[in-house]
Amino acid sequence: MCLSVPGKLLERNDVGGVLVGKVQFGGIVREVCLDLLPEAKAGEYLLVHVGYAISLVDEEEARKSYEYMELAGMLEGELTAFPDDGPALVVEASPPRDDFAPRGPRGESQ
Amino acid sequence: MKYLDEYRDEKLFRSQLARLKSIATRPWVLMEVCGGQTHTLVRYGIDELLPAGMEMVHGPGCPVCVTPVEIIDKAIALAGRPNTILVSYGDMMRVPGSESDLLQVKALGGDVRMVYSPTESVRIALENPNREVVFFGVGFETTAPANAMVAWQARRQGIKNLSLLSSHVLVPPAVEMLLSSPHNRVQGLIAPGHVCTIMGTGAYETLAAKYKVPIVIGGFEPVDLMEAIVMLAAQLEEGRSEMENQYRRNVREDGNRRARELLFEVYEVCDRKWRGLGEVAASGLRLSAEYREFDAELRFGLEDISVDEPAECISAMILQGLAKPKQCSAFGTRCTPESPLGAPMVSSEGTCAAYYLYRRHSGEMGEDLCVAGEAV
Amino acid sequence: MSTREMPAMACPMPLAVKSHVVLGHGSGGRLSAALMRDIFLPAFGNPVLNELNDQAAVRLAPGRVAFSTDSYVVKPLFFPGGSIGELAVYGTVNDLAVGGAEPQYLSAAFILEEGLPLETLRRVVEQMAVAARRAGVTIVTGDTKVVEKGSGDQVFLTTAGIGVIPDGVTLGPQYVRAGDRILLSGPIGEHGVTILAQREGLGVSGELKSDSAPLTELCRALVKAAPGLRTMRDLTRGGLSSAMNEIAASARVGMSLEERKIPVSEAVRGICELFGLDPMYVANEGKLIAIVAPEDAEAALAAMRTVDTGVGAEMIGTVTSNRPGCVVMRTSFGTDRIVDMLAGDQLPRIC
Repeated sequence: MCLSVPGKLLERNDVGGVLVGKVQFGGIVREVCLDLLPEAKAGEYLLVHVGYAISLVDEEEARKSYEYMELAGMLEGELTAFPDDGPALVVEASPPRDDFAPRGPRGESQ
Repeated sequence: MKYLDEYRDEKLFRSQLARLKSIATRPWVLMEVCGGQTHTLVRYGIDELLPAGMEMVHGPGCPVCVTPVEIIDKAIALAGRPNTILVSYGDMMRVPGSESDLLQVKALGGDVRMVYSPTESVRIALENPNREVVFFGVGFETTAPANAMVAWQARRQGIKNLSLLSSHVLVPPAVEMLLSSPHNRVQGLIAPGHVCTIMGTGAYETLAAKYKVPIVIGGFEPVDLMEAIVMLAAQLEEGRSEMENQYRRNVREDGNRRARELLFEVYEVCDRKWRGLGEVAASGLRLSAEYREFDAELRFGLEDISVDEPAECISAMILQGLAKPKQCSAFGTRCTPESPLGAPMVSSEGTCAAYYLYRRHSGEMGEDLCVAGEAV
Repeated sequence: MSTREMPAMACPMPLAVKSHVVLGHGSGGRLSAALMRDIFLPAFGNPVLNELNDQAAVRLAPGRVAFSTDSYVVKPLFFPGGSIGELAVYGTVNDLAVGGAEPQYLSAAFILEEGLPLETLRRVVEQMAVAARRAGVTIVTGDTKVVEKGSGDQVFLTTAGIGVIPDGVTLGPQYVRAGDRILLSGPIGEHGVTILAQREGLGVSGELKSDSAPLTELCRALVKAAPGLRTMRDLTRGGLSSAMNEIAASARVGMSLEERKIPVSEAVRGICELFGLDPMYVANEGKLIAIVAPEDAEAALAAMRTVDTGVGAEMIGTVTSNRPGCVVMRTSFGTDRIVDMLAGDQLPRIC
């Protein structure tokens, strides 16, 4: 719930009394309201929900947590290799699906 | 995308899963509260990878699913009023009311506008000074401050033709209701990470101590959820019941103070009915006295309606984690995303919708006819 | 009587010069003829169309005739990377081309809303003409009707197309076998997010462009390079997911995809993350799926990459005999997930 996405604040402006920032998400940039996070600075990463910045990403904390996770994983000694590219895993025998037809607008078989 | 992709990293995910397998010895029953977390778990089959018979029970954390039918009916009524524009998030458009939904009202000529951000309702009101604009604001504590900004801006700019139809719910009271229920099976909880970015972690610390249940504030990506599950399992194996924060990169203990200040200037706590759960005390928000003039229900004199859910819909059981969608007699047949009987089938993160989209082909008791990710 | 005292004349003849579409433009009289003369013929003009017969009589190359039709109701009419005219041409051309046909002729039927500026119509038509030339097809017949204001959404366009499938080219889902490889011609989701961003005013800027394009050359290259080419399908509404599910259902096979291999541009990713959309379900207008015998896969992929519409081609999966009718995707972190048909359109979400 509360779909929120991290993005990088590129610049911030006051637009008619409202703090507006330009935030980059992957290959796009969108305006984001900074009124709930007025202290945000250009270059910082923000968590954005419904067009509002709601939280600052703590980059130092992110780095630490991430390193801890990686280390913990290695200590377990159970990092497994990537599966080979190729056909999917053979799965257990299962009852054949008996309805291959495309579904109509009410979910019924056509 | 930074701070997102890393948490979908396969190596990290597998190493977390390996850690889980090495520490879990009992079939712990865990609950993830938030619908977005449910969505990730079900979509990627993560809940089916858990060792030792561990089980994920899906919680009521879908504000769309828990919005009472009456509110949907009121939104539909407002959308049908002449000279009125109803502004809504996309999530609410297909949720069934008693007889219709917003998308159908729009199809029949009602002026219903879908927005991504609540600020757009302010713009729409300014652009249409001779029409009434109603913003249908739904959500948990994550969305409430942004929704509150609509009323705040309306007051500040003296906008007379804008009002709010609100359905806000607070998570901790609902969680408390579930934990205190005699039917509760949940032994550990993943708390909603984004709600906590606003509200901080205090409420869950209190709940963990009161009910002796470990609670981990969790994120939404596969690696986040797996780490949260590992942390819960570790606590359970060690007999601890504390609040821990997995989502530290985004959640601070004190949350977002400015957002909370704004939230509680515009809104105040009230009792609230949750669709499927019934009335939960002090679990909702309504406009405070100072902002009551922007309440659409008051402005347009919408009487209280009482509505019965379709008898077949077991969303109450689903939302409390007491049943899985597969156990519903209507699941996938009379109740589908195209013709839903209840909200959990329509909401993008409703449990039933998630199961329909990703699990429909599974066997009756949840075993998957296609074994998920067995290379681990 | 002096000129000043003469009564004003109310002349019943309509003004000759029009700036907007009126009901008369669809009535088959002078106004319709003016439309043909001033807008359609200058753009589409060719010997067959110029005859303005009730029908177009054409010669077809030898082989089986392929015939396809589609209607286009896109809004907005013009968007980065294309317009309704181009979609209408390329859409039908591609439906023919993925069947192994050489598209030759198109018809174009317009339903115009009263009040549509003629300049807008001219722009639509001119872009169609450019698209037709690029796709190597001729628009040989058509029709125009006008509906009252409010009864149509500016322009509804229907094109039908004829092409010829050379002997020796037989494609279809019935030829698909377990073990076949699945090839995708390039990054997905570009058309759908571009339209959504424009139409819903999502307020994003970035490299967003529809991928609308003719796929004839790409299909030709595939047919030539892969004797074991089983079937092709162009991705349109419903995205990659629909195409895969349809073939899986028709052919009664399972599909196994690798998420890591499916190209998605950074811009599309950004929008999908932000608005909670799944690129697997987002519309495309210039992409195809080709299913080929395993021994031809490398050659087919290489051939695709030599054509401009296939530069980003990737091998994204394999056909299996497991779970017939199901499309299963190995996610980027190692679990399997089912990619089912979507019910209805995806709407941007906040939850």
